Amino acid sequence: MKNFHVAIVGAGVIGSSIAWELSKNDLDVVVFEKGSDVCSGTSKANSGVVHSGINSPVSSLKARFCVEGNKMIKPLSDSLGFSLKMIGKFVIAKNEYEAKIINNIKKIGQENGVPDLEIVDENEIKTKEPNISCYQALWVPTAGIISPYEFTIAFAENAAINNVNFLLNTNVKDLKKKDNNFEIKTNRGVFQSNILVNAAGLNCREIVSYLEEPDFNIYPCRGEYLVLDKEYSDLLTSMIYPVPPKELGVLGVHITPTIEGNILLGPSAEYINDSEDKRSTKKMMKTLLKEANEIIPIFPKKAVISAYSGIRCKLASPNEGGWADYRIEESKKTPGLINLLGIESPGLTAAPAIAKEVLRMISKSLKMRPKLNFETRNIRNINISEMSSKKKSDLIKKENRWGRIVCRCENITEAEIHKALNNPLKAQTLSAVKYRCRAGMGRCQGGFCTQHIVRIMEEDFNININEMNLKSANSKLFYGRTREKKND
Amino acid sequence: MINLDIDVAVIGAGPAGLAAAISARENGSKDVLVIDRNSWLGGILPQCIHDGFGVEELGTSLTGPEYSEMYIENAQKLGIDFLAKTMVLELKKNLEIIAINNKGLYKINAKSIVLAMGCREKTRWNVMIPGDRPSGIYTAGVAQGFINLYNIMVGKNVVILGSGDVGLIVARRLKFEGANVLGVVEILPYAGGLPRNVVQCLDDYDIPLYLNHTVTYIKGRERLESVTISQVDENKNPVSGTDKEIKCDTLLLSLGLIPENELSKQIDIELDGLTGGPVVNQSFETTVSGIFACGNCLQVYDTVDILSIGAKHAGKYAAKYASGKNMISNCFVNVIAGKEVRYVIPQMISKPGKILFNLRVENPKNSAVLYIFSGDYEVFKKKLPWAYPSNMIEIEVNITEDIIKSDNDLEVTIDDR
Repeated sequence: MKNFHVAIVGAGVIGSSIAWELSKNDLDVVVFEKGSDVCSGTSKANSGVVHSGINSPVSSLKARFCVEGNKMIKPLSDSLGFSLKMIGKFVIAKNEYEAKIINNIKKIGQENGVPDLEIVDENEIKTKEPNISCYQALWVPTAGIISPYEFTIAFAENAAINNVNFLLNTNVKDLKKKDNNFEIKTNRGVFQSNILVNAAGLNCREIVSYLEEPDFNIYPCRGEYLVLDKEYSDLLTSMIYPVPPKELGVLGVHITPTIEGNILLGPSAEYINDSEDKRSTKKMMKTLLKEANEIIPIFPKKAVISAYSGIRCKLASPNEGGWADYRIEESKKTPGLINLLGIESPGLTAAPAIAKEVLRMISKSLKMRPKLNFETRNIRNINISEMSSKKKSDLIKKENRWGRIVCRCENITEAEIHKALNNPLKAQTLSAVKYRCRAGMGRCQGGFCTQHIVRIMEEDFNININEMNLKSANSKLFYGRTREKKND
Repeated sequence: MINLDIDVAVIGAGPAGLAAAISARENGSKDVLVIDRNSWLGGILPQCIHDGFGVEELGTSLTGPEYSEMYIENAQKLGIDFLAKTMVLELKKNLEIIAINNKGLYKINAKSIVLAMGCREKTRWNVMIPGDRPSGIYTAGVAQGFINLYNIMVGKNVVILGSGDVGLIVARRLKFEGANVLGVVEILPYAGGLPRNVVQCLDDYDIPLYLNHTVTYIKGRERLESVTISQVDENKNPVSGTDKEIKCDTLLLSLGLIPENELSKQIDIELDGLTGGPVVNQSFETTVSGIFACGNCLQVYDTVDILSIGAKHAGKYAAKYASGKNMISNCFVNVIAGKEVRYVIPQMISKPGKILFNLRVENPKNSAVLYIFSGDYEVFKKKLPWAYPSNMIEIEVNITEDIIKSDNDLEVTIDDR
C-alpha cells in the first residue's frame, strides 16, 4: 500500500491548484477525482470570471482570497499559459435607488483593497457599451475573464508533469484515521497519506462524514447558463452585471464575454436537493433571455448555441440568506484533515491564493523541500486563426497535422486534437478533447468534428469505440459496430 | 504560400459543387478547381446509401454513392482539379481564396467563385430542449455518417425528433441494423419529409409517427435514459397532462438544416433572412460581383436532382463571368415573397428572359393559385392542385425588360382558390 505525504480529494480548481503548489516541493502527492477528467464539477460550469473582490463583505475570507487571487492571476497566466483577458466589468444601476447600491458596493470594494473603482454615468457607459441601457454604473477595471477549465487544466497538468498522481474515475468510498495516517478506500484500491485535503466541492460533507460528524450542511444551488453564437460577440466588450439580488447570496444574471469569443448569459439561482442535478430547465432558459433583454434591448432572439448549468456549493440555506464565508481549516477532531468547505464564487479567482494558504497549513506538519527539477509547462494553445501566414506555413512544414482542420467552427487542427489526447492526465474522453482545444464548442456543436475526433482516437490512440465516452465513465458514445472492419 | 491562378474556384465538393464545376468546365472554363474540407468527394452523398437519387434528373434511381460517383468520374474525365482535406479560411471580395491543408497554405486567385458549402444540421439548442446533457444525442446526419461510413452503431433504442427526410431515412436504416426505433416525433401537424419517405421509411416498418408532438425533456446523466414527449397546441406549446416518457438510449435530431454561410458573411455578401442563403439574381450571382451560390448553402433543397440542376445553372454563369462575358447591369427588380410564400429565389432580376423561380409556401394547401404581380400588373398566374412547405415549387416565368425597369417590386403570392 503506497503511502503518500498528501492525498487530495477532488480535482476541481481548488484541488488542482493545491496539487500544483505542493508539486513544487519534494512530496508524494495523490489526487482522487471521481470524474473522468479534472474540472468536472462546479469548477467547470460557472461564468469564468476573475473577480475583483467588490462583492464580499469586508474582512471575509472570500474578500481576502479573492483580492489576493486576483493579483496572482496575471503572472500565473504568463507562466502557465491559460488565456486571460482583463476586460473589466460594469455593475449597472437602472435607477437612483440602485445607484445608491452601487455606491455602497464601491465603498466595500475600496475597503477590500480593490483599486480604480469608478462610478460612471450613462453617457460614459454608452461610449464603451453602446448596446447597454442603464442609469449609472460601477466600473471595475480589475475584473477579467478566463476559461475555467483551461485554468484548472493548467494547474493539474503542471502538477502531473511534476509527479503528482492524478487518479481519474476514482471514488473515495471510505476513510479511516489509523495511527497518524489516513487510510483511503477507493474503487481503485486502498491508499495511505499523512495529510488529507478535502477539496471535494459539493461532496465535501460526505468526505468529512467518513471521519467525524460534520458540523455543517451543504445546500446545492443550481445556476443555468446559455451560450451565444460568436456571431454576436460584438454585443459587448466588458462584463455587465446587475446589482446583486437581495436574497440568495448570489450576483444575479449577468452577461459575460468568454475567452473563446462567445457571450454567456446567466446564472440563475435555484436551491435544489440533488447536487448532481445539472439540468437545464425551460423556465430558467426563458428567464435568462428575458433578463438579458432588459440589459440589452437589442438582444438577438435565436443566438443560443449551447446551454449548461453548474451547482454552487453553499454553506448557507436560503432561510439564512444564502451567504456564508469559506471555511478553510484543519479539523480539530481529526488532525491532518484539511477541509475546504463552501468554496463557491469567487472560488475560481480565490483558488491560487487558497492553494498558498493550504500549503502554509500543511508546512506546519510536513517539511517542505523545494523540488530541484521542478518544471513549468506553458499550456497555451495558439489557434491557427491567430497565426501569421508564415507561422502557419512553417508549422505545417514541420508537422503536417497543423494543416488538417477537423473542427470547422473553431478552426481546430488535427495537431491540436493530438496534443489534447496526449495530455499528461490521460483524460481521453470527447469532453477532455473539447475542454483542451475547443473542438466541438462551436455553432455546429460537434456535427462536423465528432467523426474526425473518433477516427483519430481509434486510429492514432487505439481507443476501442466501445470504450469511448462523452464525459463520465458510463456516458458511452457507441454500441459496437454494425459489421467488423476489414483490413484492406 | 502556394499560389494558384484559376478560372473558376468552387468551394465544396458535394453534389452542388460537383455539378457547378462540371457545368463551368462544359461552358468553356479551362481551369476549374474544387476545394473540400473532407477527405472524400461527394459531400453528404456517400453516406446516403438509400436509392431515389437521379429519378427526376436522369430518369433512373441511384444510391447516393452511385450518384456522386457518376459526377466525380465525369468531373475527373473533364480534367477538373480537386483539393480535398482542404479548408477555406478566407474569402476575399477580389476573388481571392486562402485555404489550408497539410501541404501548406494556399492563395488561390480565381476569375469567378461558386459557393457550394452546403448546410449544417440544427442542434438541440436551436430548439432549446430542456433537461440533462447525456451522451446518446446525435443529429440524424451525424448518426447516418457513423452507421454508413464507419459501421458504428450509435444506439439501440432510438427516438427521432423531426420528420424531415434525413430523420425518416435514418429511422429505416436503424431498423435495418437491428435497433428499436420507438417513434418519430414531429411538432407540426404534418410530416416534414417527402410523402413517399413517410410511407417507405415509417409505415412499411410500423414505426409510429407522433404528429403535433415534441420532446419536452431529456433525462440521463451519463448515457441517455429517456425522453419525454408531449402533445402541442396550435401555437406549438406543450399541452399539460399529455406527457409521455419513452425509455431510450438514443435521441436523433432531424430538426432542419441551416445553410452554411460563414464565408459569405466574411465579405458581407447579402443574405436572405428567409432562405438563410445569399441573395442572388437570375444567374445565381450573389451581391458580390463574380461570386455565385448554389446548392444547400443557397437554399435547402428537397432533392439532389433539383439541386444539381440549379448548381449547373450557377456553374454556367460563373464560367461566363470568368471569361469576361458577364453582363453588368445596375438596373434590377427585387423579387418579394408575399402572402403565404415562405421564400422565393432569385431575390432580384437584372436581365429579361425566361427566369426559373424556386419558392416554398408557408402552409399546406389543397388547391391554391400562385400569382406574380408587378404593381397591379399580373405577370403570372398558375393553379396548383396542392402545395406543401416540404415541396419546393419551380416555375418558369417570362420577365420582360419593362418589368425590370418598372419601379415596382415583383411580388409572389399564394391565394386560396
